[in-house]
Amino acid sequence: MNHLSSETFDENAKAALADVQLRGALRNATLLFGKRRLEAARSLSNWEDLRTHARAIKDEVLLHLDRYLETFVANAEKRGTVVHWATDAAEANAIISKLTRDRGARTIVKSKSMTTEETHLNTALEAAGMQVVETDLGEYIIQLAHETPSHIIAPAIHKTKGQIAELFTSTLGMPPTDDIAKLTSTARATLRDRFAAADVGISGVNFGIAETGTIVIVENEGNIRLTTSLPRIHIAVMGIEKIIPRFADLDVFLKLLPRSGTGQSLTTYQSFITGTKRNADDEGPGELHIVIMDNGRSRMLAHPVTRQSLACIRCGACLNACPVYQQVGGHAYGSVYPGPIGAVITPQLLGLEKTAQLPYASSLCGACREVCPVKIDIPRLLLHLRGEIIAHKKNGSAAERLAFKMWARVMMSPALYNMGSMAGRLIQKVMPLSKAWTSGRDLRPIEQQSFRELWKTKLSHE
Amino acid sequence: MWSSVGASTVAVLRRVGCEVEFDDRQTCCGQPAFNTGYRDEARLVAQRFIRIFEESKADAIVSPSGSCTAMVHHYPELFDGDAEWTERARAVAARTHELSSFLVRVLKTEDVGASWSGKLTWHDACHGLRDLNVKSEPRALILNVQGAEFVELENAEACCGFGGTFSIKYPEISVAILDQKIEAIERSGVQAVVSGDASCLMQIGGRLSRNGSSVRVMHLAELLASQTTDS
Repeated sequence: MNHLSSETFDENAKAALADVQLRGALRNATLLFGKRRLEAARSLSNWEDLRTHARAIKDEVLLHLDRYLETFVANAEKRGTVVHWATDAAEANAIISKLTRDRGARTIVKSKSMTTEETHLNTALEAAGMQVVETDLGEYIIQLAHETPSHIIAPAIHKTKGQIAELFTSTLGMPPTDDIAKLTSTARATLRDRFAAADVGISGVNFGIAETGTIVIVENEGNIRLTTSLPRIHIAVMGIEKIIPRFADLDVFLKLLPRSGTGQSLTTYQSFITGTKRNADDEGPGELHIVIMDNGRSRMLAHPVTRQSLACIRCGACLNACPVYQQVGGHAYGSVYPGPIGAVITPQLLGLEKTAQLPYASSLCGACREVCPVKIDIPRLLLHLRGEIIAHKKNGSAAERLAFKMWARVMMSPALYNMGSMAGRLIQKVMPLSKAWTSGRDLRPIEQQSFRELWKTKLSHE
Repeated sequence: MWSSVGASTVAVLRRVGCEVEFDDRQTCCGQPAFNTGYRDEARLVAQRFIRIFEESKADAIVSPSGSCTAMVHHYPELFDGDAEWTERARAVAARTHELSSFLVRVLKTEDVGASWSGKLTWHDACHGLRDLNVKSEPRALILNVQGAEFVELENAEACCGFGGTFSIKYPEISVAILDQKIEAIERSGVQAVVSGDASCLMQIGGRLSRNGSSVRVMHLAELLASQTTDS
């Protein structure tokens, strides 16, 4: 269940459905996250107002993103931050590899960052001879297992306690145990040494505040605080959409993000980083670099329907709420971003060619839209992408295209429609309509008299 | 597809005093094409729907389906940039109502004089629930059905896994989602599960039947049309 391709979502999903341990782990975790989110949202009487407010802030930023980015950069540079622009993943990785190599760095600690997952930064740095250690517990587990994250905020959500214990025994040499405290303290001890030895710390960014040039990162384990303060160089990687205008805007986002993600009213740590240390004797890194990356985002920005994809604050609530994600988990999507928002973002980041199954991996139930803290209309975006996919012939077999052409002709003519429903009844009598349907479900027989026959012969005269 | 749902809808509407007409030129709302990405085909069928219903002098267009009603409400999205058709789509959408919301919100009727004896539960069909905000209306109607004992379904708002062409594009995932719904229904100990969309009922009923379950599926219109306490 790893390094799968989006092109084979159907096969990946079937394999996931057959994995009993995976489905158990997913069911427990997604239901628990969902329950906690609901309780946390209900604890605030103005939840709906907060969502509306947050979305309005995001819409304003996205409408004038160029201006807000310039302000952010100018204010960050005033405080000694060095800003780098990356058009795509390769450029971001090249910038970071060069920064670390030029400074003679050997070991790097990283805190959880979906943006660097998107660029496959670890692979690039390892190829450049660096040793990279993930310090978020979930990410660390994934790194030890040579896997990829299967959830935006809980990367190891697909693993059971037993699987993690086995992994720690084989990779860290600890005696077998299923005691969670023992498992975490072993990871903690190993990671502490890594922090102390690291030359560079690499993090993501939750919010970039334009008016001060501050970056804000939230977490629960303290590893981000260490990653961004202990090594002498801190590199933060940020998508262009992470900007918010004012410090005061954080109020609404810091209420929505932890409640939507884990159901917490506040994360254990909030780090606010504005430039480098002011005096040589102060603690903290001497260099702060922010790599601002586009990597396909400006394409989403250009279209009024897809623009809202960039409002996402990566809380993961839509994954937990999605009936498809709940069954198949994150790896089946074959993409860095899984679940409903992944099915929206991935095709836009990578193009429709290899990702055309993802927008169809949804029953369009709308649970994602209901839980989204910034009110992204994910079903509408999925439908928009489906329309693009069919218009550009990236999906849909020749048979399906023909079927919908025929369908439209039938629907345009009541005579054909009548014949069609008669034919349907006949066909249903002699053969099962569709094996895809009947492999798991019976098909209720179509009634022998159609409604329009009933109307004509009886109902209209009553 | 199920004529009894249509006939029941007519019976209920007449019982509460509506004059009902049916234009037999109508076919489909276009949702299967729209939801699969075939926008050109969906637009053609939608335009036909709009033309036919524009001719009708009726005060309201009532459909026993949250999903079809929601599609009609989505019509304006199909005519992005075409001001004339967007306006015509809006006007037809404004007159189009899902059955339970028409009865409760428009006619202010919660008791339609129905009776049915037994224990039943309600499945919230996604499009009615999340696109049309239909939640309290069917429950109010069910609570007024004489002889019926109503129990809330665990995770009543969870999707049944149908999702139109999703159910045949990804049948294994569709059935895996469905099985959570089936477990909840069986645990509730009811004789019937009621919903507002025939498509969900086809999905749920198909699995119940495959499992040899004694629970039957029933459309809200069928329940509301029922006037027997010994069914």
